[in-house]
Amino acid sequence: MSAVRVERLRVSRGGRVVLPELSCEVATGCVTGLLGPSGSGKSTLIRAIVGVQQVAGGTVTVLGAAAGSKELRSRVGYMTQAPSVYRDLTVRENLRFFARILGAPPDAVERAIEDVSLADHADWIVGRLSGGQLSRASLAAALVGSPDLLVLDEPTVGLDPVLRRDLWQLFHDLAETGKTLLVSSHVMDEADRCDTLLLLREGRLLAHGTPAELRTRTGATSLDDAFLALIEAEA
Amino acid sequence: MKTLAVTARVLAQLRRDPRTLALIIGVPCVLEALLKELFRGGPVFQHAGAPMLGLFPFVTMFVVTSITMLRERVTGTLERLMTMPLSKLELLAGYGLAFGVVAAVQATIVSVVAFGLLDLHVAGPRVVVVLLAVANAALGSALGLFASAFAQTEFQAVQFMPALVLPQFLLSGLFVARDSMATWLRWISDGLPLTYAYDALAHTASDVFDARFAADVAVVCGCIALALALGAATLRRRTA
Repeated sequence: MSAVRVERLRVSRGGRVVLPELSCEVATGCVTGLLGPSGSGKSTLIRAIVGVQQVAGGTVTVLGAAAGSKELRSRVGYMTQAPSVYRDLTVRENLRFFARILGAPPDAVERAIEDVSLADHADWIVGRLSGGQLSRASLAAALVGSPDLLVLDEPTVGLDPVLRRDLWQLFHDLAETGKTLLVSSHVMDEADRCDTLLLLREGRLLAHGTPAELRTRTGATSLDDAFLALIEAEA
Repeated sequence: MKTLAVTARVLAQLRRDPRTLALIIGVPCVLEALLKELFRGGPVFQHAGAPMLGLFPFVTMFVVTSITMLRERVTGTLERLMTMPLSKLELLAGYGLAFGVVAAVQATIVSVVAFGLLDLHVAGPRVVVVLLAVANAALGSALGLFASAFAQTEFQAVQFMPALVLPQFLLSGLFVARDSMATWLRWISDGLPLTYAYDALAHTASDVFDARFAADVAVVCGCIALALALGAATLRRRTA
């Protein structure tokens, strides 16, 4: 059973075709990595999945319903690429606001703050946080409604290695409880932390499989090399 | 409920910016005092004082709303909200309520200063001036919301003020009586919402609440609804 099913998705942005005809699936209850260089269409695909992207054709089905439909709005958590929180409010005020909009219980706010390790900065004005803290505040806003599907656009950019490890641990813990996560990254060394991978290049799905499968298929030892081998095989 | 969450959030954001709040309240008071001194408290001040008081919130809320909504669009918080269970109406009503509260506070304080300290007189009830000021604030908010859809930067949003607000001021009848305007200017004036807002305020000076006053108020309310509908149409869940 797939949490997300994308069929022949076609998207143009600013007169340029970003996704010519993309089909892919995201399995329920695991961490799927959406990997690819910047400009490969990752954010556009993510926007189509959460239902904020105008699409030219194809279908996107999320948790059994059409992407962006009303019943999905409390079941899908979305973290935009640029941190989307209110800079003039504190971390806690931001999360309380989003929790009220999502109808989340009051303790959800404190849990989300703990989850992203911002307890020490909960009462800081978001605009005064460092880049990494800001991005974690934005991640917490996606977590606060405990959605069934979490769609995270580059959540670990600019974080130190310890925090990155902790966040990936959190993603797997959430997947253990049955949640589905789609996490994008342009850093290949994060690919190994995912259960399955979708490799995107120039709006096309280059490969789909577990990190081990991709290594075996290409005979490469690192995923970076595997990615290169797949590109060369296609050319 | 969600509407109130939006209202509380917008007010919390404003509270974090005391300088803006001080300007919102202080500038109209200073300008009213300036108007009084300029005309030595004479008939021109008595004629224009109440309409000025009632029209300030229109300008303030136009700017504040267009910038706040532009920020919401640019920083991605609007995109996030559009994926959440919040209707456009709840969002807009939340904004409207927050700025309505600010406008009521602004109009009340400026009224106290103008009527209490500056000896401004109106023949009609003062509370009508304040109520009209709040209605004008709602009109300014609604138009500012609509205008924000056409700005990509805060510079552009600020320039909408002289572009959309000043001509309405000039043609409203405050500076030149509408009867003495060139016909084609009066036609344009007929089509601008601030003309009716001014006319309603001018009635408070004379305490004549006739059918024309009722028509003015109806037009202002209609324009608020129209601008809100246009503003709502610019809020899209899906964008390019």
